[in-house]
Amino acid sequence: MRQEFEVHLEPLLSVPVERELPLRQRLWQQGWLRKGLILIVLAILWEAVARYQNNDLLLPSFLQTAQALFDGLLSGELLSKVSISLAVLIKGYVIGIVLAFALTTLAVSTQLGRDLLSTLTSMFNPLPAIALLPLALLWFGLGQNSLIFVLVHSVLWALALNTYSGFLGVSETLRMAGRNYGLKGMRFVLFILIPAALPSILAGLKIGWAFAWRTLIAAELVFGATSGKGGLGWYIFQNRNELYTDKVFAGLAVVILIGLLVENLVFNTFERLTVKRWGMQR
Amino acid sequence: MNAPLQGHAASNLNTAQPLLAVDHVSLEYRTPERVVRATHQVSFEIDPADRYVLLGPSGCGKSTLLKSIAGFIKPCEGEIRLLGQKVEQPGPDRIVVFQEFDQLPPWKTVIQNVMFPLLASKTLKRREAQERALYYLEKVGLSAFADAYPHTLSGGMKARVAIARALAMQPKILLMDEPFAALDALTRRKMQEELLLLWEEVRFTLLFVTHSIEEALVVGNRILLLSPHPGRVRAEIHSHQYDLHSLGGVEFQASARRIHRLLFDEAPEAERELGFADIRIAY
Repeated sequence: MRQEFEVHLEPLLSVPVERELPLRQRLWQQGWLRKGLILIVLAILWEAVARYQNNDLLLPSFLQTAQALFDGLLSGELLSKVSISLAVLIKGYVIGIVLAFALTTLAVSTQLGRDLLSTLTSMFNPLPAIALLPLALLWFGLGQNSLIFVLVHSVLWALALNTYSGFLGVSETLRMAGRNYGLKGMRFVLFILIPAALPSILAGLKIGWAFAWRTLIAAELVFGATSGKGGLGWYIFQNRNELYTDKVFAGLAVVILIGLLVENLVFNTFERLTVKRWGMQR
Repeated sequence: MNAPLQGHAASNLNTAQPLLAVDHVSLEYRTPERVVRATHQVSFEIDPADRYVLLGPSGCGKSTLLKSIAGFIKPCEGEIRLLGQKVEQPGPDRIVVFQEFDQLPPWKTVIQNVMFPLLASKTLKRREAQERALYYLEKVGLSAFADAYPHTLSGGMKARVAIARALAMQPKILLMDEPFAALDALTRRKMQEELLLLWEEVRFTLLFVTHSIEEALVVGNRILLLSPHPGRVRAEIHSHQYDLHSLGGVEFQASARRIHRLLFDEAPEAERELGFADIRIAY
């Protein structure tokens, strides 16, 4: 039989209760630093391969591209192209979002709406938006409208699908709590379903953004300028025709940069302020 | 002590009519193949300031009954009346505290959570809602966490927020669906104690669903026993004389044993000695 015992506990002072991680580990936890490092390694690789190839027409080096990019930005040519593209893109994106929410709200409130959504998404989601462009040109002419039409198509289905599956995933308890407080119809969707499904909605918005951005550049590449003013895709297309390969690369770099910027600044900030802060997503 | 809380209907009602009347209510739920009867012709009445407990083994339909009182499920027979008014749909005069921790919208801070029903049901303006929310948060001892998000709280704290949120609405009746079942034993004990203290102070009317005999005896003043599959009324038992200090007392144990016998329909225990462990099985 062992003896019982009690220990009188003094305040613990001899060992620090918390301590900072070493500087290197703290730096390594910064996502932007790690990603930046990856980008630098890629740029160095690119430069090395380009110098080894030594053919400006096929593969301009990283520095040449940077120079072309810098010139383009300085002269304002690239910026004006970007603003043309973004203006169209945002119009299409916003219309797509509005339609997607209308469709999913309909789908959560009625059986017919549900069937409509599932039928339409399964029909149109696999259809590449760019394939609709010839038809859009026929209907809306060579203007912005046909671009907006394909953009809406590229955003709508992906976002509606994600939002709807997000709505379905909202827990029964939360739904009951909302109904308990007398929330119904639109108010129920706004105050319960949308915030509760925000992780899926954000995922849908991201996918929709990427789809729209791609579709737009591709549309501009294939069909060139609409109504005399070309966007970024047109810039790439034109410079390839004139064999300014470094400018083509600069145009592509801008496409990538804008993608990264939107992803990292807009979406990540929004995520940090919402779903991450609320503990709904890690 | 309970002077400033006139909003609670419980404290200023005559007992001429019961606050809540459940009148021969049968409930059914549907599975893809069949219709299952959850409760059969259950009747009981709750008076103002009652702490009424529905107790029964799992599958006796007690949670379904609570959801039906909340207005989420329509009875297939009989009716439920709140102050003489037939219950047809969910409403903020009957606030439910659920067992699940995700009953608190994660996108709202603690105080926003408590204000949420007040604003959603348009009971109060924002500033008044905030004042009342703070008042009840203080009651449950969470003033310091008013601006924290739910995911940073422990289970017990989340349960407290849910209780504060329900009380802040000053509902005619507070419906609690096994609110402490997901908590660890020590926290659960503490929450029972706090709930009773709050009741002493506010005198709300409470309908409490549990499957633990011990919890029923401690929390309730009257206990309705339901038989398993489908739930039918087996007995109604007084338990106002017990609180957390009676745990383990002789009378308390006798009541627990009696409830156990009624619930599980054992042959009248002639010589059989029930050990302490037997009584706690449901706990």
